[in-house]
Amino acid sequence: MVMAQPGPVPFVVKDCALLMIATGKRAQNLKELREQLVSIHLGCVYYHFWGGLLHPRFEAREYNNDFATWANRSIHDKTLAERLSVVDPTAFGSLGDLRQELIEVIEERLDEREVLAWAQPDQQFEFIRSQIVVFQTGQQLLLPEDLASRISQLSLGSLFYHFIDARGRNDSRKDDFSSWLASFGEAYAVMTELLGSVEPYFTSLSELRNELADRFQECLCEVICE
Amino acid sequence: MSSLLDTYAQVVGRDVIEQLFQVADSLSGLRVVHVNSTRLGGGVAEILEKLVPLTRELGIDTRWEVISGTPEFYRCTKSFHDALQGVAVSVDPGLLRIFEDTNAVNAEQLGPILREADVVFIHDPQPAPLLKLFPDRKGRWIWRCHIDIHRPYRPVWRYLRDFISLYDASIFSLPSFAQPLPHVQYIIPPSIDPLAQKNVDLPDHEIVAALERFAIDRDRPIVLQVSRFDRFKDPVGVIHGYRLAKTFVPALQLVLAGGSATDDPDGEVVLAEVRQLAEGDPDLHVLHLPPDAHRTINALQRAADVVVQKSLREGFGLTVTEAMWKGKPVIGGDTGGIRLQVVDYHTGFLVSTPEGAALRMRYLLRDRAKRSEMGQKARDFVRDNFLITRHLRDYLTLILGLTHGAEDRIELS
Repeated sequence: MVMAQPGPVPFVVKDCALLMIATGKRAQNLKELREQLVSIHLGCVYYHFWGGLLHPRFEAREYNNDFATWANRSIHDKTLAERLSVVDPTAFGSLGDLRQELIEVIEERLDEREVLAWAQPDQQFEFIRSQIVVFQTGQQLLLPEDLASRISQLSLGSLFYHFIDARGRNDSRKDDFSSWLASFGEAYAVMTELLGSVEPYFTSLSELRNELADRFQECLCEVICE
Repeated sequence: MSSLLDTYAQVVGRDVIEQLFQVADSLSGLRVVHVNSTRLGGGVAEILEKLVPLTRELGIDTRWEVISGTPEFYRCTKSFHDALQGVAVSVDPGLLRIFEDTNAVNAEQLGPILREADVVFIHDPQPAPLLKLFPDRKGRWIWRCHIDIHRPYRPVWRYLRDFISLYDASIFSLPSFAQPLPHVQYIIPPSIDPLAQKNVDLPDHEIVAALERFAIDRDRPIVLQVSRFDRFKDPVGVIHGYRLAKTFVPALQLVLAGGSATDDPDGEVVLAEVRQLAEGDPDLHVLHLPPDAHRTINALQRAADVVVQKSLREGFGLTVTEAMWKGKPVIGGDTGGIRLQVVDYHTGFLVSTPEGAALRMRYLLRDRAKRSEMGQKARDFVRDNFLITRHLRDYLTLILGLTHGAEDRIELS
């Protein structure tokens, strides 16, 4: 059995609330989408990749960002939707770089198509940005075991902040849990690896929380049994 | 924790209430005022009725003020309401003068309160000119629009925009309602109060008594629409849909239940038209209820097999939320905020015509298990997204956001 050593610092659990802010900017076809993207507030790029995870929904998310979803549902361009959906937001150093990649994909598609597809007036792409308010919960986790046992009780806001928002916030592009576990050395490497394999884009936050709780328990069993 | 918040914790979970306290802690000492034009009737008054005491319980000094006016004032604001929803109405310059004068009179009465407030929420167009009358205001003023304004009638919007553009921020229920304005526009869907008389659990005998009072047969299918008698709620279309469905489901009963708000002078005209259409049909019940008939509406919603809200325009549709909270699938008009709540085959169906409404009535009425499954999903959906605690958290977060300027990320210590 591995005796857990305290990490350099306890994990401070934070919570957050995300406010949606309308920009009033809209796009009805691909050309307009491209034109708006060039100058749009970078917070919109953040929101349309990550903020959607806080949206109420029933069906599994088909694509990993709102641009791809709009391309498929509103202008019925499945090819573009598929190309946009492979854009991995964590692969870019900044939101500006991510925006540039989106523009490249869209321009490539514009070059291929001779006719512009138009969305219905009430199906326009609405550019939204967000304002995130982060606050302390007063909770701290001292050991990875605490994380495993308490993750199912974390609020969805906490989960969003530490597991989703962190990927855009941290230079490492890693979630906060992984970064913290890494400070415990190799003992919890298997837990960190498994965390990295959890796909955050296609489920609701509550499903994601359940999945993480299950995986942590499995990992912990492995760590303890070694 | 106070007893009121404790009661909410039992419905929404203790963590949700703890989160409210954490946000509210950063706002202690602020004075917040909400202003609207009616204390009774309509969704805005219902929201404020609980939002205000709850904010107070969190330790924030909060008031709710109501402006008053003559029937001409309300005639004018009703025209605004219609125009913002896209109807081409011309408003007589004389009425516009009354509108502005009425606001000036109210501004005098509310002067000390509004002048000193740190945050003022002005709800809908009726009190919108107030801000202009307080050049010496010290707080932040926010215009909260509860109306489906995605395609306003331009001349009226241009007139109102002159007042609204001066605000520090505005709030709309959906992104598509946002307008070109020179300030930040927040998107906050409204909510229902699970502990209000309209939404609390009721004993079965109370539901039975309500049905007996209106001679509604509980043993036969009941389709219900609860809303003001307003053309945008399309009660005539609902009757048409019911008649189409009744040829396939002869036992079907339709209940149209609604009241009228003190700021809606057109209600009587629509009600008379609906009553005329219903004449001679014993299975079509038109109920004109007083604005405080909350438990009666609650009982009717719980007794219904299917709830309809076939609006042609809708800011949000709180009656949809209420019905979903009671575990009912909803057939809703494919418009505005109804789209945010009614998800095809999950919580109900979106329809665009009376024919569509009839089709979905038949589909739902033939399958009790499906109704029950969709109803449960609907209730869970409301619990996660549309209860007043989420609404309150959004307002508090917005105040924090405004006091921190336009920063994307606000870290509270």
